[in-house]
Amino acid sequence: MHLAYPAVLSVLLFCTGLYGVLARRNAILVLMSVELMLNAVNLNLVAFDVWLSKAAEETLHSGQALTLFTIAIAAAEIGIGLAIVLAVHRNRGTSDIDKLRDTAEGPDDDGPDDDGPGTGTPAAGPAAEKAEATA
Amino acid sequence: MTLAATAGHLAAGPTPLAAASHGFLSPTGVEIAFVLVGLVTLGAAVVTVTTRQLVHAALWLVVALGGLAVEYLLLTAEFIAWVQVLIYVGAVVVLLLFGLMLTRAPIGRSPDADSGNRWAALTVAVAAAASLVWVVVDAFRTTWIDLDGPVAGSTAVTGASLFQNWVLPFEALSVLLLAALVGAIVLSRRAKADRATDTGRPTTPNGSDKGGVR
Amino acid sequence: MTTTTLAVLVPVLPFLGAAAGLLLGRTAPGFVRPLAVLPTLASLVLAVLVAARQGGGRAVDAVTELTPTGSVPVELALHIDGFAALVAVLVGSVATCVQIYSTGYLRDDPRYPSYAALVSLFTSAMFLVVYSGDLMVLLVGWEIMGICSYFLVGHYWETPQARAASLKAFLVTKLGDVPFLIGLLALATEAGSFRITKILGAVASGSLDHPTLIALLLLAGVAGKSAQFPLHTWLPDAMAGPTPVSALIHAATMVAAGVYFVARLLPLFQTSHAAMVVLAVMAAVTMVGSALAALAQDDIKRVLAYSTIGQLGYMTGALAAGDRGAAVFHLLTHGAFKALLFLAAGVIIHAAGTNSLAAMSRMRGLRDRVPDAYWTMTVALLALAAIPPFSGFFSKESVLVAAEHAATGHTGQAPGAAGWTVLLAGLVTALLTAAYATRLWLLAFRGRGAEAPDHGRQPVAMNAVLWVLAIPSLALGGLAFRLLPDWFDGHDLTPTLTTSVLGTGVALVGGIVTYAAWRHTTSLAARPPLGAVAAHPEGDAALVEAEAIASHEPAYGDIAHAPDPSDPGRLLLGPLHRHAAVGFHLDAVYTTLFVRPVQAGARLVRFLDREVVDTYVRGAGALPRVLGTAVRRAQTGNVQTYVSALLAGTVVLAVAAVLVATGA
Repeated sequence: MHLAYPAVLSVLLFCTGLYGVLARRNAILVLMSVELMLNAVNLNLVAFDVWLSKAAEETLHSGQALTLFTIAIAAAEIGIGLAIVLAVHRNRGTSDIDKLRDTAEGPDDDGPDDDGPGTGTPAAGPAAEKAEATA
Repeated sequence: MTLAATAGHLAAGPTPLAAASHGFLSPTGVEIAFVLVGLVTLGAAVVTVTTRQLVHAALWLVVALGGLAVEYLLLTAEFIAWVQVLIYVGAVVVLLLFGLMLTRAPIGRSPDADSGNRWAALTVAVAAAASLVWVVVDAFRTTWIDLDGPVAGSTAVTGASLFQNWVLPFEALSVLLLAALVGAIVLSRRAKADRATDTGRPTTPNGSDKGGVR
Repeated sequence: MTTTTLAVLVPVLPFLGAAAGLLLGRTAPGFVRPLAVLPTLASLVLAVLVAARQGGGRAVDAVTELTPTGSVPVELALHIDGFAALVAVLVGSVATCVQIYSTGYLRDDPRYPSYAALVSLFTSAMFLVVYSGDLMVLLVGWEIMGICSYFLVGHYWETPQARAASLKAFLVTKLGDVPFLIGLLALATEAGSFRITKILGAVASGSLDHPTLIALLLLAGVAGKSAQFPLHTWLPDAMAGPTPVSALIHAATMVAAGVYFVARLLPLFQTSHAAMVVLAVMAAVTMVGSALAALAQDDIKRVLAYSTIGQLGYMTGALAAGDRGAAVFHLLTHGAFKALLFLAAGVIIHAAGTNSLAAMSRMRGLRDRVPDAYWTMTVALLALAAIPPFSGFFSKESVLVAAEHAATGHTGQAPGAAGWTVLLAGLVTALLTAAYATRLWLLAFRGRGAEAPDHGRQPVAMNAVLWVLAIPSLALGGLAFRLLPDWFDGHDLTPTLTTSVLGTGVALVGGIVTYAAWRHTTSLAARPPLGAVAAHPEGDAALVEAEAIASHEPAYGDIAHAPDPSDPGRLLLGPLHRHAAVGFHLDAVYTTLFVRPVQAGARLVRFLDREVVDTYVRGAGALPRVLGTAVRRAQTGNVQTYVSALLAGTVVLAVAAVLVATGA
């Protein structure tokens, strides 16, 4: 089998996950996209491991071992990530990434309407977010 | 895949198993299966990141992850395929679904599932995909994987490798998992002051169930 | 102990007293009064001992050099001749009297500890000036006196008059001190030493290149310190300080320091005829102008302040005539009777509850309320008016005799023009002095109208001091004029018939004319009393005085004079009264000449700083600010935006790296 097939699939999956991480608003959907990216990497690792082990260049099966490690780490990551998301949801009443903007410049400098391009906040201004956050 | 025809001079080093005889226009059966399953996987992944129904996204993720497991099988990595099914499809997706429910994600279409960042995200993703595909194809368009012979990823082989060569990282990883477990529990507890004021109240489901979910 | 040790102890004791008073003032209030009085008293005793040992003989000189100080050495030197010994005794007596008097005068004042410590420090500095044989050390004492004067004039800093007066006193005297310092340095450079003896040696050998310039520079400092025209304007305003301070600093001692300084360096001034003529003109203008101004003042202390300026004019006049013995003689008697005048005035202000002569002239029986002050002040005023046999008569006669000698060319020490100037001005001033002394006495003690308020007996400490000072005012001149020449240069200080008759005659004329004018105007005094009365007449004297000074301006519209038709001074001066009351508009002239240009310059600098310099600074800041605003807009707080930008950058970099690696 050509190595290009799994490699290209891996690339496309990775970029799909990338798009999801950047574009999704719900934090849990972002976590799902992260899983997609991790899996794309896993596929890459496995494909190269198979290729290299067949070519007798490398007999440690490092690719597959790393894949297993990645899966384990991904499981840990999803656990911690979900705990964080739930903690945020409990404190702020939302898991919407667009609304978690505590590091933004204050409302006296930037009105709610002239935020950075492509991140327009619907309806709720920063003041409302703060009020919501402290509620 | 058309980019494969572009002549590139990537310094990718010698390709030891360059098999000029294996053309892209005469695929083997495994390749055909791989491509078909890959298309399904990719499609499921795309739906996952674009659908407006949050629960559907999780379900499509199952399809994508399952498809990947099949790809692992096709690449003769049996053990990893089963681990994939067990952990990802079995555990992670269930966790994600619990998370969706605990954060009271809306059932049905939610119009604001994508943020306003989506065009920037699309641009970045397409650009990254284009450049990566170009590089990867340019580098590996002649590399051939010989799938015949002994299985590369059988349980025996993987186990031997893991517990002979990789046993120390493996143990370190178990510590990491323990730390993650403890961390998740600490994060999902309510603060003590919170608890003191909440003693009279019945515990809310998203307050006490998380330990069980973990 | 040697004379030198005693002399060193004289300035040191009050200094230690001041330090201890400042340290213990809060923690141990009971020690403050002993710490104020006893060191000064001990210094007086030691000064008397030093004077007795020195005895008018050879000058005591002692010198030690602590450390090399470059080209011209600065040495801790004592130079005690007859002048220094006697002036130190005067300083010690007046300072002791004032310290005792202050215990009564400021008995309820919460700031008494710092006040007493400052007076002690001042006394120490004055002793230093008197005894020092090194001009740099003298300058140290000179400046400490200046700063003490600043603090003490501003003792009632709650009142705006005191704040303004202390600043004015400080600035005007500093205006003189700057040329004074330059003159000192020039003198030391040319003479090669700061030691007075060496400088006088250099003067005698004629090795000074620019005596006139140096003398004129030094005269500026002397005019500032001794309140001579044209730098005298701070002294009347300095009356906003407590009366004991006025008595000590602004009548008896500090203002005499300038005269004393010139007396010490008189040979230097005598080498320059121009300086002597300038000194004579300065003295004459000061004498006559201040006497006229004194006749128009309403505040009793301001009358005395102008009187002080005039008497200091006599002293500088004597110096201009080349007779420092006469100058220091007058310094001694004046120190005694002027201190007495001020202290008695303090008692009167306390008793009357006002410092306004116009208000006092409408009180009946004030003299019965304060019999001690009445009798002692009468003695002091007679001394001031130079009526024989009071001490002022003899010292003033010695000045007039010296002027006459200079005018008729009997001495080669002073130009004849200076002598004539001083003699004529001195006679005119004698007339005017008698006039304002009579006016003061009549208005204060011969008032008609309502009964003077009864504020109880004055403290014993205050009354006793008055009698102590009355003795030298009465008898010092007559007893001393034969003895003093032994202590001084040996010039005869005996009055001559001509000047005695002339001086006493014009003084009597001045007194009688004023009495007649008073009889003429006193019928106008029937109107109700005017204002300027203290709000708390039962308080201690210091409080009464502060309130009286503060209420003078609101009551009369001016701090210096009152619109009183029964004032004999108004009749005597006629159209001149208006100008004399404000010190002949000298303050207004200074305002026009110096204050306004300085303020205009300050405004210009402020404008340049705010509008011109700051514009560049703001302009330089504008571009970074705009850039910063633009960069700040990227801080949306949205993590996804950040990651998008990060990854886009990564992609671009990766593609660029690949292209570079492949050589495309």
